[in-house]
Amino acid sequence: MARLIVMGGGVSGHTTATFAKKWLGDDHEVVVVTPNAQWNWIPSNIWVGVGQMQKKDVVFPLAPIYEKAGIDYRQALATEIHPNGKEGSDQPYIVIQSTKEGEEGKTEELEYDYLVNATGPKLNFDATPGLGDGKGQMGTNTVSVCTADHAVHANLELKQVFEKAKKGERQKILVGTGHGMCTCQGAAFEYIFNIEHEARKAGVRDMLDIKWISNESFLGDFGMGGLHMKVGGYAVSSKLFAESLYAERNVDWIIGAHTSKVEKGKIEYELLDGTKHEEAFDFAMLIPPFAGVGFKAYDKDGSDMTDVLFAPNGFMKVDAKYDAGAYENWKASDWPRTYQNPTFDNIFAAGIAFAPPHLISKPMSSPNGTPINPTPPRTGMPAGIIGKAVAHSVCDMIKNGKSAHLHEASMAEMGAACVASAGKGLLDGTAAAMTVYPVVPDFEKYPGTGRDTDYTFGEIGLAGHWIKHILHHMFIYKAKLKPGWTLIPE
Amino acid sequence: MKQEEENFAKSDHFNLTMIPGKFARAMRTCKIWQFFRFLVINIKMLIVVSKSH
Repeated sequence: MARLIVMGGGVSGHTTATFAKKWLGDDHEVVVVTPNAQWNWIPSNIWVGVGQMQKKDVVFPLAPIYEKAGIDYRQALATEIHPNGKEGSDQPYIVIQSTKEGEEGKTEELEYDYLVNATGPKLNFDATPGLGDGKGQMGTNTVSVCTADHAVHANLELKQVFEKAKKGERQKILVGTGHGMCTCQGAAFEYIFNIEHEARKAGVRDMLDIKWISNESFLGDFGMGGLHMKVGGYAVSSKLFAESLYAERNVDWIIGAHTSKVEKGKIEYELLDGTKHEEAFDFAMLIPPFAGVGFKAYDKDGSDMTDVLFAPNGFMKVDAKYDAGAYENWKASDWPRTYQNPTFDNIFAAGIAFAPPHLISKPMSSPNGTPINPTPPRTGMPAGIIGKAVAHSVCDMIKNGKSAHLHEASMAEMGAACVASAGKGLLDGTAAAMTVYPVVPDFEKYPGTGRDTDYTFGEIGLAGHWIKHILHHMFIYKAKLKPGWTLIPE
Repeated sequence: MKQEEENFAKSDHFNLTMIPGKFARAMRTCKIWQFFRFLVINIKMLIVVSKSH
């Protein structure tokens, strides 16, 4: 009997673990290690953040789901990887630290035959002074919608802003990225337009100045270098459509910005031209940059070998080309295909946890040397597809031996469907429904835009909102492993 | 002044982009048109999803 340990229970980890268990059956063991007691459908957190959903609508307890599936669930934080075992034993293992109520801090060694790192990111609030509390958590100057609890808090703060606006106090709202190296602009994009939508419904829109701040060099970059789509007989950049939406909804923007410091009611930021500025706010939701979760890896003799498994940013090295060099040399083939660690063939990384070879967007920095560019998105559909491919590979290796063919899921060969809410409402909601194919542009295959414009499109409307709402229920249904869950694509 | 023209003057950024007019905005929440778009978008998304697995 082989044991697969999946570290992380988010979109990617949950997909890996549940498919692996389905394919391996009771002949082999699947263990999930995650510090969270609940699964969170993160894309709907933005609706919690404007009071249109409750926390209970976007989370559910993991324990009964894993019990039903026959998966060994450990509510714990994985802290160390020992890929060569320890003195006297070649069996690799990880060290976990319980986060379960009543057992907090209790450590345990868990041996594995195969290991999948799908931890997602560490929300690195402390990368920007004042954004974090100095202890790794969110500070008190801004809010976030990265977790369900953050979103609940954001909604409470937002309601206070709306109350002040109702009393005639003009309020300034700032939404965007809290650092020059952030990703996940899409979540902030959704949040700012949901705030705008709710403000109109509440009759306070005229009392709000709503502003976007982002590390993108142009609106509509989204960490993917933007996209081109065919609309009205034209092939146009996402920049034009993004700017159009901001102008239509009276949301001004600051782009190419590295937020360098956050204080109560004020941020300092540096622009791509090197100039430094300040922006005041009454309410700010700034996405933190992501980093690896901070694993340590140790060799058999106890020596630190973290740099063998992980890139300097803390994400796990996989079969990517990490020495591609300058932007001019970047190719679609730099991107990983199997997500297998190059040193240990029984270790994989999936979702946000893998180290991308480089950015997707063109790298930018200010004359002061400050890098200001979005980092590559690896969430949502790509995370699920990668998780499933990794599960396939591990199952084949367990059943057919380590020489089994590995399954591939390159982001340069897969597309992604994305629905970005611009306001919730069954009859008056809107969302931007987009697809990109492929996620990472391939300029050799598709000279010009880097993508197939027959399969890359976007439009905004009520239909997009309906799709987003249906996806909310569909993916929670799938994650709960209800009948027919495998028929719902990632 | 038409609604779509008001915002052009509010910011230099806004002045250099396009803003949808009354008809385009109405179509975004027109239930019949959006039901048709719902079908079209779903088909397009399913094609991309099938090409990605």
